[in-house]
Amino acid sequence: MRERSAAERIRDFQEVPLGYTPEQAIEEAKRCIQCKNPKCVGGCPVEIDITGFLKFVAEGDFASAAEKIKETNALPAICGRVCPQEDQCEKECILGVKGEPVAIGSLERFVADWERESSPRPSTRYARSGHPSPSKMERGMNFDDSRKKGVRIAVVGSGPAGLTCAGDLARLGYQVTIFESLHVTGGVLTYGIPEFRLPKAIVNLEVEYVKSLGVEIKTDMLVGNVYTIEELLKEYKAVFIGSGAGLPKFMNIPGENLDGVYSANEYLFRVNMMKAWQFPEYLTPVKIGKRVAVVGGGNVAMDSARVSLRLGAEEVTILYRRTHDEMPARKEEIERAVEEGIVFKILTLPIKYHANNEGWVSEAECIQMELGEPDSSGRRRPVEIPNSNFKIPIDTVIVAIGNSPNPLVPHRTPNLKTEKWGGVIVTAAGLTSIPGVYAGGDIVRGAATVISAMGDGKVAAKAIHSFLGPTK
Amino acid sequence: MFKIIKKEKLNESVTRLIVEAPHIARAARPGNFVVVIPAENAERIPLTIADADKERGTISIIFQIVGATTRVLDSLKVGDEIAHLLGPLGVPSHIAKYGTVVVIGGGVGIAEIYPAVKALKSAGNKVIAIIGARCKDLLIFEKELRTESSELKITTDDGTCGRKGFVSDELKDLIASGEKIDLVIAVGPVPMMKVCCDVTKAHNIRTVVSLNPLILDATGMCGICRVTVGGKTKFACVEGPEFDGHEVDFKELTERLKAYKDVEKRADEHVCRLLSNG
Ligand SMILES: Cc1cc2nc3c(=O)[nH]c(=O)nc-3n(C[C@H](O)[C@H](O)[C@H](O)COP(=O)(O)OP(=O)(O)OC[C@H]3O[C@@H](n4cnc5c(N)ncnc54)[C@H](O)[C@@H]3O)c2cc1C
Ligand SMILES: Cc1cc2nc3c(=O)[nH]c(=O)nc-3n(C[C@H](O)[C@H](O)[C@H](O)COP(=O)(O)OP(=O)(O)OC[C@H]3O[C@@H](n4cnc5c(N)ncnc54)[C@H](O)[C@@H]3O)c2cc1C
Ligand code: SF4
Ligand code: SF4
Ligand code: FES
Repeated sequence: MRERSAAERIRDFQEVPLGYTPEQAIEEAKRCIQCKNPKCVGGCPVEIDITGFLKFVAEGDFASAAEKIKETNALPAICGRVCPQEDQCEKECILGVKGEPVAIGSLERFVADWERESSPRPSTRYARSGHPSPSKMERGMNFDDSRKKGVRIAVVGSGPAGLTCAGDLARLGYQVTIFESLHVTGGVLTYGIPEFRLPKAIVNLEVEYVKSLGVEIKTDMLVGNVYTIEELLKEYKAVFIGSGAGLPKFMNIPGENLDGVYSANEYLFRVNMMKAWQFPEYLTPVKIGKRVAVVGGGNVAMDSARVSLRLGAEEVTILYRRTHDEMPARKEEIERAVEEGIVFKILTLPIKYHANNEGWVSEAECIQMELGEPDSSGRRRPVEIPNSNFKIPIDTVIVAIGNSPNPLVPHRTPNLKTEKWGGVIVTAAGLTSIPGVYAGGDIVRGAATVISAMGDGKVAAKAIHSFLGPTK
Repeated sequence: MFKIIKKEKLNESVTRLIVEAPHIARAARPGNFVVVIPAENAERIPLTIADADKERGTISIIFQIVGATTRVLDSLKVGDEIAHLLGPLGVPSHIAKYGTVVVIGGGVGIAEIYPAVKALKSAGNKVIAIIGARCKDLLIFEKELRTESSELKITTDDGTCGRKGFVSDELKDLIASGEKIDLVIAVGPVPMMKVCCDVTKAHNIRTVVSLNPLILDATGMCGICRVTVGGKTKFACVEGPEFDGHEVDFKELTERLKAYKDVEKRADEHVCRLLSNG
């Protein structure tokens, strides 16, 4: 796929890949050998009919390709951009055994973008493609429309899990209200993933689409504090909790509370959500130093590092305790980070931050690691090399080592059962320990992916429908 | 939503707004706060819910104009709408029958103690309120607190009203007088809270403080509000803002409050320019 050069793109927040031309897309889709028993589909958490949509692309029928994708995935423009394809659909593609797998994600993105650009208004766009017409989900259910009228359902959180669940339920005819605690919708899609990876215009369009289905979104509403789940159940027949991850993890090492040490969430929230890069027109500041250290090796770490570069940092270093091979970030983004000049210090673990006279962080003291035996996740465990301490001069630290599920709703809902680490416990259908209350996404899985959050939202919508629908 | 019903200048730098927010008024408890975004381009700032009227569906907030966002908030007029208001937030104050409770408010903190004083009094406590400010003109809520508390003591730095000195002096004397104190609550600037804690620690009197760290999302997501209490990191927006004062690392809190001082000044100058250009 065409990309903007590293030198050009680090000066702004615009998207990095430019996407396929129609010719390129057709050519790439033609590489698919249309397996009888396509492995790729099994790798997609929402089971897109990949063979089907690729066939349409190869024929140049992009409208039908879009329709095909949307039978199971309402947010293709987003998934095509942020799915970890190399661990999902493309990992399973048969062509990947000997050579390059088909670029399924990029093609999905192309189709979604083509559709958006050729029909800019969400309502007509989806009406034309009959979004989805009718979906697999609806076809499987006979449901008398008149019974759905006035059946209200509450959704907590407007991230991918909440939006998907709300959208599916609205299409089934329910009256859905989303409660969102922030002043802006979209969850991590808005406050976390930066513009150059996921343009906010695309996220907004998807939110507008969900609204056009009749979903009401109430922002500035913290469920748990404003209304408890118990109170919601008095007004709504079912509740879906999609409150996502919160609570940034820290390493609990000395100096972590010094000025200049951010959690990635704080840092990205200031930039993406509060538009700190437009300070002082926007009043929320962010302070980015000359030398930035980012701790971690996931998507969040890559995003923080690349944002820092775009905000004018001179040197950005990723500190990661394992090696490149173990980094959980999308491969593409690691490659782009390298191209953009991010320094990778692997097998490096910070153990202490030192301050200057003004109490601002000035040095990261690190210890060198080596790889030992594999741990429970199958990755080789990093072990410290004794007496290998060294210091790197820095003036900003961004800690990106993960988030725990947001504890607020569980705290205020005594009967809601959670795992020790905070995840809400659900059945395969997304049902929690409280009848009528479902959950999905990061609040259940811990920090996971956009597509798995969407998958959970779908499963829960279906379960809510069979809980409320046919029998009552 | 969030229409300003009433606006009142309590003194030259402190304003009270009564704002329409029925869902917040309904759920608000003493000790809760709200996040206010006065205009779309402004910051998210935390302000204590100074009063809530469930019937009218309004809350009141009282704030001191110290920087850009409080200045923008103060530029709004009756009938204007606040862009965003989120609440109630934080863990409410623990209201119970303790016996004798001394509630101390400094500066704009005086407004913040008012709901607690009222609630503690109706829970059957003897409530001694100590309030302090730099000078007489900056004292607020004197009349209200006089009616609501069992006893009111006033200090000013310059002696223009009440005793010349600090609230902590009054606290020391109260302890020395042999008054049996079961709980102290202190709300105000960090140095004031710290001194009060030093005083009570020597006498082993339980002391609750309401911390005012920097706040961003206020829903437990960003971690900027972290404070060290008893050697552990706590997120003040969801686990506080009230903590055991004897366990708080005030030095760290002071340092963390300075993080944006220099750039905040630029924001304030920007807002001043905009407001003076009308
Ligand atoms: C910087 C970053 C980069 C990432 N990159 C990728 C990537 O490239 N690919 C990928 O697949 N995944 C990525 N992820 C992970 C992915 O974004 C998440 O797994 C996904 O967003 C989870 O969706 P969700 O709907 O469960 O939660 P969220 O997106 O977190 O949404 C939850 C929403 O609920 C709201 N909320 C919380 N509590 C309450 C409450 N009490 N009342 C009302 N509302 C509430 C929150 O404000 C939020 O809007 C990334 C995450 C981050 C932080
Ligand atoms: C839970 C909580 C409740 C609060 N309740 C009230 C209240 O009821 N009334 C009220 O007037 N204020 C209250 N505050 C403080 C108030 O939030 C700040 O004054 C406000 O955020 C300043 O915003 P600004 O943009 O106008 O000023 P800024 O430009 O952000 O700051 C101006 C100056 O004030 C300092 N400052 C900023 N935030 C704070 C803070 N939290 N504490 C101390 N100094 C700070 C800055 O370092 C700077 O020097 C509360 C704070 C918290 C955390
Ligand atoms: S949604 Fe994600 S996993 Fe599924 S086909 Fe698209 S890119 Fe692959
Ligand atoms: S596995 Fe690869 S080649 Fe086979 S159908 Fe899927 S995308 Fe095409
Ligand atoms: S203000 Fe963000 S976690 Fe408390």
